[in-house]
Amino acid sequence: MSSFDRNDRPLVDVRHLKQYFNITVGPLRTKALKAVDDVSFSIRSGETLGLVGESGCGKTTVGRSILHLYQPTGGEVEFEGRLIKTKSDINELRKKATMVFQDPYSSLNPRMTVSDIIGEPLDIHKMYANKAERMERILELMDRVGLNSEHASRYAHEFSGGQRQRIGIARALALRPEFIVCDEPVSALDVSIQAQVINMFVELQEQMGLTYLFIAHDILVVRHISDRIAVMYLGKMVELADASVIYDQPLHPYTRSLMSAVPQPDPKVARANKRIVLSGDIPSPLNAPSGCPFRTRCPHAAPCCAEAMPEFKEVESGHFVACHRVNEL
Amino acid sequence: MNKRFTMHIDVDAFLPATDEEKAYMVQMRPSSTFFRDGVKRLLKNKVATVSLIIILIITLSSLIIPAFWPYSYESMLGVRPGKSVDASFNNLSPFEYGETEQARIAAGETVFPHIFGTDSSGRDYFIRVIYGTRISLAVGFFASLIVLIIGMTIGSIAGYCGGKVDLIIMRFVDMIYSLPDMLMVILLATVLKQTLAPVLEGTSLARIGVNIISLFVVFGVLYWVSMSRLIRGQILSLREQEYVLAAKAAGAKGGWIIRKHLLPNCISVVVISTALQIPSAIFTESFLSFVGLGVNAPMPSLGSLASDALNGLSSYPYRMVIPAVVISLIVLSLNLFGDGLRDAFDPKLRT
Repeated sequence: MSSFDRNDRPLVDVRHLKQYFNITVGPLRTKALKAVDDVSFSIRSGETLGLVGESGCGKTTVGRSILHLYQPTGGEVEFEGRLIKTKSDINELRKKATMVFQDPYSSLNPRMTVSDIIGEPLDIHKMYANKAERMERILELMDRVGLNSEHASRYAHEFSGGQRQRIGIARALALRPEFIVCDEPVSALDVSIQAQVINMFVELQEQMGLTYLFIAHDILVVRHISDRIAVMYLGKMVELADASVIYDQPLHPYTRSLMSAVPQPDPKVARANKRIVLSGDIPSPLNAPSGCPFRTRCPHAAPCCAEAMPEFKEVESGHFVACHRVNEL
Repeated sequence: MNKRFTMHIDVDAFLPATDEEKAYMVQMRPSSTFFRDGVKRLLKNKVATVSLIIILIITLSSLIIPAFWPYSYESMLGVRPGKSVDASFNNLSPFEYGETEQARIAAGETVFPHIFGTDSSGRDYFIRVIYGTRISLAVGFFASLIVLIIGMTIGSIAGYCGGKVDLIIMRFVDMIYSLPDMLMVILLATVLKQTLAPVLEGTSLARIGVNIISLFVVFGVLYWVSMSRLIRGQILSLREQEYVLAAKAAGAKGGWIIRKHLLPNCISVVVISTALQIPSAIFTESFLSFVGLGVNAPMPSLGSLASDALNGLSSYPYRMVIPAVVISLIVLSLNLFGDGLRDAFDPKLRT
């Protein structure tokens, strides 16, 4: 929702990203767990791309693979038009792209003071000339995220969840990044704090021209902050469109059922809406169904769905869907 | 009946809070670190506190007393230049004096007493025990330090790298583990004594004594394995923490992550096991000295003192008892203190 001046140059371009993990399934036997399987999308400079999906569908893995915290099994990631390949590319990427973590409790080292946590990226990349400059920068960051600068020498466990998440955000901002992967940054917080933190994300985006990949499972949160929304299911991307389009005219059956589950504040509207309840559970990514991964739970599944994975194609301008029967529904 | 529903509202209660009131609500409790909490818990533990005091007294006295004590650990009191050996100084009982000393006392001089008597060569036994304690403590401390450094380095590398590196290091550790350690200690100490002597000749290390150096090497080579296993286990679990991933996302390399994130978080376990390692090193040193592989004569250690006392056990049992009691006291209080440390600092035991 940023009013930041936007152009169409993609800041991050992800092409056919694959991330498999080897899981031991028996003595000396391993099997590839396809956490992310052939995902392609791009994020324009200054926009917020929301990424939603059930837990275990690979949202977090996408975020981490883009940042090369995991070495991707396949595919390419381009950042500012440069392919990320060698170690020095990754090193450069670290200065410009960073991450805010889900759990504000485990993502801060309990043995470090707030100023050390926030200053760590500066220490790693030696971004200051002397101690005074470092402290000045840390205090500026704390001020920016609304933390009291008197608390710089305290330990993380002395803060509340919301304050801890602010520490995590200040740390992410330390290197003046352009791109931040927000990995469910508000799902560990209670609702009143969620609003504060989300508004802070929006403000920071406006002030600093940030680009976000905003991962969450709460559609309302994602809709509030995102320009475009991508929906993932079982390691694959099933739909990608502008936030309002996804919300009002979803095309993929999975997105439709997801949207019908969003709570409506107006009881009249809520009663009129029909909830699409899916049967069964999400299949294990270790034995994903053949063809379309959603076919086992899809109310519109046809024989053709079992044969081939539907292509992730643009059906309208800027609206991508992966479904064989998208034109019939 | 014209009863109406009425309600009294205290308007003051609905006034917005002032800034001072808000500040009052968000007050934080005074900063308390993990370390300060641990020390508080440690001091509450009476056994550990008493043990700590005993260790401090023994350590300080072994460091300070030799500086002003009128007798030295190596001087034989009966030997005077140009005269025959005065045998009356040998094997004195506690608070007895040699012939010349008795003469001086008779002449009105004060003579410093031999609190524990003298040994068979006429050396003041008290200062020998004190000096032996100093040697034993130093061996225990430095041997544990060597074990700590080697174990910590190798353990953290194995734990952090994982995979093949971990596998190779751990199989090597298993190999060393499977050797009978006393046999290895004796073999290594004997071999090193032979090989190190010419190498150290003339260096400042030679003054410390080849035997002690070889003891350190033996400790370093053999006893790092349990420390490295312990640290590897800790690091294996710590490296899955999200703050490690956060450090990686900030661009940190392996060495940085180990130094800044992993080791500080397992430091309590390390301190505790080092505290428990010291008594075992002291014990091994005493044992080796007892069988004759320890310190070079005339330097005493508690083990060699006990070993020497074996010859006159029936006549002078106290010469055996005193070093034995000191060893027991040191080992016992270090062990109890180590246990107290663990109770105070190991968060897993905390309810």
